[in-house]
Amino acid sequence: MISRRALLAGGAFALAGSLPPSRTTRAAEKPFLPQGLADGVYDTATLEALPGKKPLIKLTERPPNYETPLSHFTSEFTPNESFFVRYHLAGIPDAIDAAQWRLKVAGDGVAKPLQLSLSELRSDFAAAEIAAVCQCSGNRRGFSQPHVAGVQWGLGAVGNARWKGARLKDVLSRADLRTDAVEIVVNGADRPALDGTPDFIKSIPLAKALDDNTLIAYEMNGAPLPHLNGFPIRLIVPGWTATYWMKHLDTIEASTKPFDGFWIKSAYRIPTGKFPIMQHFQSQVAAANEPITEMVVNSMITAPAEGHTMRAGATIEIRGLAWDGGYGISRVEIAVDGGETWRDAALGNDLGRFAFRAFRFAFTPPQAGTYQVMARASNAVGQTQADKLIFNPAGYHNNVIRPLTINVL
Amino acid sequence: MRRIVTGAALLLFSGNAWAQENVALKAGVGRETVEAYCAACHSLDYPRQNAPFLSRQGWESEVTKMIKVFGAPIEPADAKIIVDYLTANYGGG
Repeated sequence: MISRRALLAGGAFALAGSLPPSRTTRAAEKPFLPQGLADGVYDTATLEALPGKKPLIKLTERPPNYETPLSHFTSEFTPNESFFVRYHLAGIPDAIDAAQWRLKVAGDGVAKPLQLSLSELRSDFAAAEIAAVCQCSGNRRGFSQPHVAGVQWGLGAVGNARWKGARLKDVLSRADLRTDAVEIVVNGADRPALDGTPDFIKSIPLAKALDDNTLIAYEMNGAPLPHLNGFPIRLIVPGWTATYWMKHLDTIEASTKPFDGFWIKSAYRIPTGKFPIMQHFQSQVAAANEPITEMVVNSMITAPAEGHTMRAGATIEIRGLAWDGGYGISRVEIAVDGGETWRDAALGNDLGRFAFRAFRFAFTPPQAGTYQVMARASNAVGQTQADKLIFNPAGYHNNVIRPLTINVL
Repeated sequence: MRRIVTGAALLLFSGNAWAQENVALKAGVGRETVEAYCAACHSLDYPRQNAPFLSRQGWESEVTKMIKVFGAPIEPADAKIIVDYLTANYGGG
């Protein structure tokens, strides 16, 4: 039940993370943007369609960084034409001839380097399919307080798809992976605008590379990958943030030494020991910081929209999606009183521990007022969304519970 | 300075049909320098959306990162013009 005190307060709940009114006004001009972003985002972001995509929220044009509007998350699977787009470097391959594509497998950690065509990748290796969330490490960076520099992502740099492809471990095995390999280095066909800019190259620890769920995907939701999501193949690293999910994958190198490129040594790092992370990239951990790895448990309310207005006594279904780093969502709770009282939401079908888990909750506001609705997800290893931001300079791992306002007349 | 922009534009725009940029910066001293150098690698909505929360120190740190980490060929005198412009027009943090 909603407490009398909460109702009397009429929406003036003192919440950590509630937003100054000026931002509400800014957000109202562009309702596709969530509240709480920097003013510059409300000035610049627009809805625009890239080739093969529905209109998405354009944060930056070159390289293209476009996020999925909240209104597109209507099921557990994010359609390919709605899936977010994220590039670091402006040199994106234009037209890719799939018949000419070659995946090179080499490095001092394999005994038999090889090259594979796409048809060989499809025919020579068992196909595996997995439903998995792909989330940019910087999703929700834009809500960091204080704001931090970078692409000012809101809620939509995340999506869930069925990925089908060959297992990375099978491809490495074909190349005769040596026992002293420690990391698998991956590169894609995108490139920097200037020679002096470090190419976007990543590595993953051997154990993650040999995991059954780590794939070289050639299909996404039953179709070829959209060009801007990595056509013709991308790496799928379920549970881990999308920085490792290399697009336009053309080179895999097994290395007997830790990779020392910029994008692993300096970028995509979190303060060591600050987050409740269970999987660490051991060969890259430093005293001050370590590579980001698994996603933290999180959720988003996808309906109704912020500021929804309804009548007292009517019922609305609060719907949303929850996910984590691959332990599996065990519970989602809803509060309609600004976080005082929590009740269990009904969970949707279990599509696998790496996938979005839908939730819903019927809410019948008994009387007029402003209601602060919140969702709080927990996972199978006992982790729960954060009440307060764990600040870090790059704005990663923001899983703070977000209040949504419903106005009841 | 102009040569950098032209060369980069030819390379980047070839075939990328979506790269029809129209991102205008505020008028101000140093705007041309910012457009010339920064737009060689990325559209100008990058600095525009990172506003107004960066202080002068914050913008200095961004420009230094572009030079030292990403290899932007910007001389110290031009770097100062860029930081001055960004702080005056997109700073305030």
